[in-house]
Amino acid sequence: MRIGILCSLVRKEEKLLFDAFRSRGLDFVRLDDREVILDLHQRQWDYDVILERCINHSRALHTLRYFNDCGVNTVNTYEVASTCGDKLLTTLALIRDEVPTPPVLVAHTPESALQAIERLGYPVVLKPAVGSWGRLLSKVNDREAAEAILEHKETLGSYHHSIFYIQKYVEKHGRDIRSFVVGDETICAIYRTSPHWITNTARGGVATNCPVTREVNEISVRAAKAVGGGVVAIDLFETPDGLMVNEVNYTMEFRNSIDTTGVDIPARVVDYVVEVGRG
Amino acid sequence: MALCTECEAEITLESSTEVGEIIQCPDCGLDLEVISVEPAEVAPAPEEEEDWGE
Repeated sequence: MRIGILCSLVRKEEKLLFDAFRSRGLDFVRLDDREVILDLHQRQWDYDVILERCINHSRALHTLRYFNDCGVNTVNTYEVASTCGDKLLTTLALIRDEVPTPPVLVAHTPESALQAIERLGYPVVLKPAVGSWGRLLSKVNDREAAEAILEHKETLGSYHHSIFYIQKYVEKHGRDIRSFVVGDETICAIYRTSPHWITNTARGGVATNCPVTREVNEISVRAAKAVGGGVVAIDLFETPDGLMVNEVNYTMEFRNSIDTTGVDIPARVVDYVVEVGRG
Repeated sequence: MALCTECEAEITLESSTEVGEIIQCPDCGLDLEVISVEPAEVAPAPEEEEDWGE
């Protein structure tokens, strides 16, 4: 089987995946997205499957689209990367499939964004539509803060920051859940606990094991299917009305979740990649 | 053995080091990308970009 791994920088996750492939005796070719030249006229490739592990969303998106158009199987697909990489598209997919998710309004000017914020009611969370690791999130508690943040975003940000993705703030009492879906199964989950309202482990959230209950499995798999399936990590809020999906990540990081859950996540990813490669 | 591009500290790569891996200079703390393992060579790690993530 001819396997490609698309990446640039090698995080702990990529090292673990490399080791998992090698321990099975599976050779792979590393494709560095900084060096790859996409000849759009070349349509023939002999990869059975390419595992995408780019750190840059834009590079992942274009390269996956190219290889998918050439008929090469990828984990994940362009469709999944495209949907998960844009919070607006993720939310639309979840709503379409009736997966519970917090209320979201989107606006394109500071004036309409302020109206949208007041319609949702304080507090709200302003998020860049494209972004990760909890960066540039703003919890907006009142009108004065809203006006200041909207002015800053319009003046200082690139055009991306004038797409105002406004989510109703969900009180999570110091923790949320991250579940890991591979194919049709939620293979494990962690609680991410932090005194800060942003609980990403990249921002200091502490990981502990979360049992995969029937409810966690069901909503996670439904969310994964809504964005196109594959290998994804789902961020869940626990609310009095049940679980809600906050976000879905398509190049998931899992370094803090292997020992925590006792599940060999890279091995499960490799199993899935091989399955896709067999077609 | 590689030299830190900032402080010229001598850096020995572990045998499991991969090209593209980010390591930290033990002396000055600078993040360095491993450009080559044989021979060992490092360069300043790229700055975080807006579309980086998972």
